[in-house]
Amino acid sequence: MAGEADVRRPSRRFRGRLRSLISEQAVATLLILPSVLAVVVFVYGFITWSSIVSVSDWHTVRADYTFVGLDNFRRLFNNFRFQIDIRNTVVFTLMFVGACLVIGFTLASLLDRHIRGEGFFRSVYLFPMAISFVVTGVVWRWLLAPRAGVNLLADKAGLGSLQYDWYTDPTVVHVTEGSRLGEALNFVHLGFLADANYGIPLAMISLVIAATWQASGFVMVMYLAGLRAIPEELKEAAQMDGANEFQILRHISLPLLRPVTLSAIIILGHQSLKIFDLVVSMTRRGPGFATDVPALFMFETTFQQNRFSQGAAISMVMLVTVSLLVIPYLIWSLRREARL
Amino acid sequence: MSVPWTRIATYGVLVLFVVLYLMPIYVLLVTGLKSFNEVSLSQMWDLPSGLHFDPFRDAFKALDANLANSFRMVIPATIFSCLLGSINGYVLTKWRFPGSDIVFFFLLFGMFIPYQSILIPLVETLQGMQLYGSLWGLVVTHVIYGIPITTLIFRNYYANVPTELVEAAKIDGASIFGIYTRIMFPLSLPGFVVVAIWQFTSIWNDFLFAATVTSNPNIQPVTVALNNLAGSYIVEWNVQMAGALIAALPTLLVYVLLGRFFMRGLMAGALRG
Repeated sequence: MAGEADVRRPSRRFRGRLRSLISEQAVATLLILPSVLAVVVFVYGFITWSSIVSVSDWHTVRADYTFVGLDNFRRLFNNFRFQIDIRNTVVFTLMFVGACLVIGFTLASLLDRHIRGEGFFRSVYLFPMAISFVVTGVVWRWLLAPRAGVNLLADKAGLGSLQYDWYTDPTVVHVTEGSRLGEALNFVHLGFLADANYGIPLAMISLVIAATWQASGFVMVMYLAGLRAIPEELKEAAQMDGANEFQILRHISLPLLRPVTLSAIIILGHQSLKIFDLVVSMTRRGPGFATDVPALFMFETTFQQNRFSQGAAISMVMLVTVSLLVIPYLIWSLRREARL
Repeated sequence: MSVPWTRIATYGVLVLFVVLYLMPIYVLLVTGLKSFNEVSLSQMWDLPSGLHFDPFRDAFKALDANLANSFRMVIPATIFSCLLGSINGYVLTKWRFPGSDIVFFFLLFGMFIPYQSILIPLVETLQGMQLYGSLWGLVVTHVIYGIPITTLIFRNYYANVPTELVEAAKIDGASIFGIYTRIMFPLSLPGFVVVAIWQFTSIWNDFLFAATVTSNPNIQPVTVALNNLAGSYIVEWNVQMAGALIAALPTLLVYVLLGRFFMRGLMAGALRG
């Protein structure tokens, strides 16, 4: 027994190394400390600070931290502009994420068929990612201006009757009360859905087109990487069993790409909940707030009307929404990484 | 021979999308090159009668100071971001301490927050530090909020450097700094390129921080100035288009020259699906 312990006892020289390693470890921890402190203060400290502002009575240039409870939130959810913003965010997120996934996956699966000049196609589809949303907004504002751009092109192609007012169109498509669908909704106690607050503002389509132009290439790259990671033998085996290309896509590629789809949904989804630059540079609020979003409402409320507490309340709602989406995803992906 | 038809259809769809994706660039270029006599919106799709650079000249005159501001902000911010990110990535992979995974998780979350939720305290703090309304205020802001993403990219990069290499150097008595300067840094040059491109592009393209922190037009980066230009009713639309192209040019150039690294940054930012 004693001999065993002797063997295990580290030599003096090694113990010296050990001690210096421990102090090296302390140095390492010190090296990361500034970053950790900066994030603790500027992210977590500031979020706490904002949350305090959101329950205060700061509605002028001068800071006022009088506690008012949830008044600002109550006022916010009763505010018609904010109700419209929620509708707009839901509509934009669904259309934008959906369009990006469909286009991104289509392009990736086409590019995965041993295409000559693949690099060229890939770079063209991806280049809008390198551009600022402000640039995208300015360009698409003119491309979708009712009397120019795309409408002009359609006119020249003899499709003048298809004219549509893009982001200046105030129409909100929704189920009307008393219509057959409205009655049906009433029957299942969902009659409240027959309201413009649950409709689709057509002006939103313009924002979706511009944002999809910018982000779909990114989804394409993600799917392409995912497709390339699928072992070739798997597809070959399916081919031997007589599966056609579509069946391979449907029963092998798509299920294996599920994690990629999830990542893409989270990344695009959290971006669309925060969308700001594109809206400011392209459409602003739009007709009847048809293209208004929470981030724009927050910015105007806070920095133009100096209603800081109300602005902070909007930002807290945005933070909670994004967190509900991102935190489960972060935990999931870090666990997955640990398993790999 | 039924094969060629699907091939042709595949290429057809791919080319169609190329046309759709490049359409805005075509309009940008064509509009920027038209003389002031041919700026009417009805001629938007027509080719210019010749090479007139008037719109570009006007747009450049309106934006040159702001372009300089953008460069003066983006270069120091990118350098500091790279240094911090690489040190953090190094410590989080090769000098792991108890709880380092939790630290990483909390760092990472900072990447996803809507910045609206820190904007009011940020303005107050920068005012307190006498940095509000200055380019250095923006540099500090971008470096701090860039910590999560740069740490993530470097961490993923350093995770691929064999730990045995570092362990061997430790046994040989190399210090933490020695290992960094002699092993990790030379090995991570491609990582630096990826992070530098990522930070350069996202800081250059940022609008929210720039619009919040700089109210003085002399200090504003080019994205804010472009938005003001486009919101002004006295500026011709072709000058706005030329301005948009000028504002996009630096990041587009980086993309064309170093697209491979840009793509890697994107994938790292996507957290490896």
